[in-house]
Amino acid sequence: MTAIHTNSLTQLAQGLRAKTFSSVELVRAYLQRIEASQPQLNAFVSVTAEQALEAAAAADRDLAAGRGGPLTGVPIAHKDLFCTAGVRTTCGSRMLDNFVSPYDATVVAKLKAAGAVTLGKLNMDEFAMGSSNETSYYGPVRNPWNTDFVPGGSSGGSAAAVAARLVPAATATDTGGSIRQPAALCGITGIKPTYGRVSRYGMIAFASSLDQGGVLTRSAQDAALMLREMAGFDPNDSTSVDTPVPDYVAALDAPLAGVKIGIIKEFFDEGLDRQYEHRVREALAVLARLGASLREVSLPNLPLSVPVYYVVAPAECSSNLARYDGVRFGYRCKDPRDLQDLYRRSRGEGFGAEVKRRVMTGTYVLSAGYYDAYYLKAQRVRQLITADFKRAFGEVDVLVGPTSPTAAFRIGAKTADPITMYLNDIYTIGANLAGLPALSVPCGFVAGLPVGLQIVGAHFAEARILNVAHRYQLETDWHLQAPERFT
Amino acid sequence: MSLTRAQIESIAHLARLELEPAEIPAYQESLSRILDWVGQLDRADTGGVAPMAHPLAGLTQRLRPDVVTEQDRHELYQAIAPQVAGGLYLVPKVIE
Repeated sequence: MTAIHTNSLTQLAQGLRAKTFSSVELVRAYLQRIEASQPQLNAFVSVTAEQALEAAAAADRDLAAGRGGPLTGVPIAHKDLFCTAGVRTTCGSRMLDNFVSPYDATVVAKLKAAGAVTLGKLNMDEFAMGSSNETSYYGPVRNPWNTDFVPGGSSGGSAAAVAARLVPAATATDTGGSIRQPAALCGITGIKPTYGRVSRYGMIAFASSLDQGGVLTRSAQDAALMLREMAGFDPNDSTSVDTPVPDYVAALDAPLAGVKIGIIKEFFDEGLDRQYEHRVREALAVLARLGASLREVSLPNLPLSVPVYYVVAPAECSSNLARYDGVRFGYRCKDPRDLQDLYRRSRGEGFGAEVKRRVMTGTYVLSAGYYDAYYLKAQRVRQLITADFKRAFGEVDVLVGPTSPTAAFRIGAKTADPITMYLNDIYTIGANLAGLPALSVPCGFVAGLPVGLQIVGAHFAEARILNVAHRYQLETDWHLQAPERFT
Repeated sequence: MSLTRAQIESIAHLARLELEPAEIPAYQESLSRILDWVGQLDRADTGGVAPMAHPLAGLTQRLRPDVVTEQDRHELYQAIAPQVAGGLYLVPKVIE
């Protein structure tokens, strides 16, 4: 019999309903893998073994009574910025090292209601600010394909855990590429839905006009199964959009004949590694064989995405992170002299270097005299980029390109220069600025490290991009490959 | 552009961030470079283009019925506070 962890999420859900294995068996097997991997990967911040085994036993009772939901008994884990009642939520920061949320995030509650069993909380870049998972207070996460390399970020723990088969699915968030870039670097599938599709309630805020929750899985089929449960209107999130959630699973198999795919010209620039480009072009050839019609499209303002982002995101972060004042929750400095000292030292000691850099960048671009030149200018260019996408989607159904400019890089290779690090998200940020759904699927390797193909859809076209990804995965086996040490 | 030490100290003050003196030169260097680099936005012609604050164009904020939905859960919320007494959050003395 093949080991339990080689099953996909979809197979696990089926196996549980067929009583091929129990949820308790599954949870035990995954908990063992998590424990064994922790010294090598550092993917988890908290493992909630006891609660998981209790929830699994309850799931088994439900399954025996025929009360199972679509995910009943399936083990998952959450990025450590989704609030979990009674289990600490650190956001990868010393600031929240002691923070135990009084409530569940909507995503957490919905997945619980669908029957999923949570195994723990996953490591991440501090406050989701990073592209390599090296800014976490809890130390870097390592890439399961080669532990000298980064897993990408900010959802590095989520991506490493799914790639190493420590969980079949993990929640994640994407502000500028934090789901898709680690999915690409770890050889798995990751979808960032449309802004407003998944509730942000209980998701610790970084940049509120960009943040969106999503999921990392091994396949598009598994992502569809998860997203169907996670998506939907939430009155607790004022940016949640009240539009029905289609059956993403049912839409997976539609044929690609006649689907119009636009290849984003600007993504094949001088920054793209040539070997990476070859793998992506091979993937495009597969889509053409499936009957899709491919043509190049130009989005001329897209190369300005990264500078727009590094004005807008820090501005919003400086505002959102003002709440960490050492008064009501989170870290407080020792023996404050007065209230100002309490604020300044609690924040100075509680935040790491990259978070402080972004808070200060945001403070500067919003300050009197600079607001128009930086913040308003960036918001105007954001409008131009969004208009480029809108024009493109008047001509094609989906847009494709590479997910990142290179495969994973060595730990420490890009920490000295923030701009070099920021440019890792050069192909992913556009979708956040325009609020579009986008995903990454594995499409090959460069020197033993995974390569990602990015597929971007029009607003609320998650079903379409999952369909294209699924059809691609029916033709290829990149998503079925496991890192040697974690087969 | 090159931000001065005093400018970094002023930004840090606005952001209520205590910086170690040794940290300041690194922030001077990196913030200056980041601001120079985002300066390339100037090459985009944005004449007549409206600023875009979020991706939900055309959507307005919802209103809900004016009824009480929250329960009093202050004990639960204050259980995670650094310092509370008598149902109040404690901070250093503000008024002499």
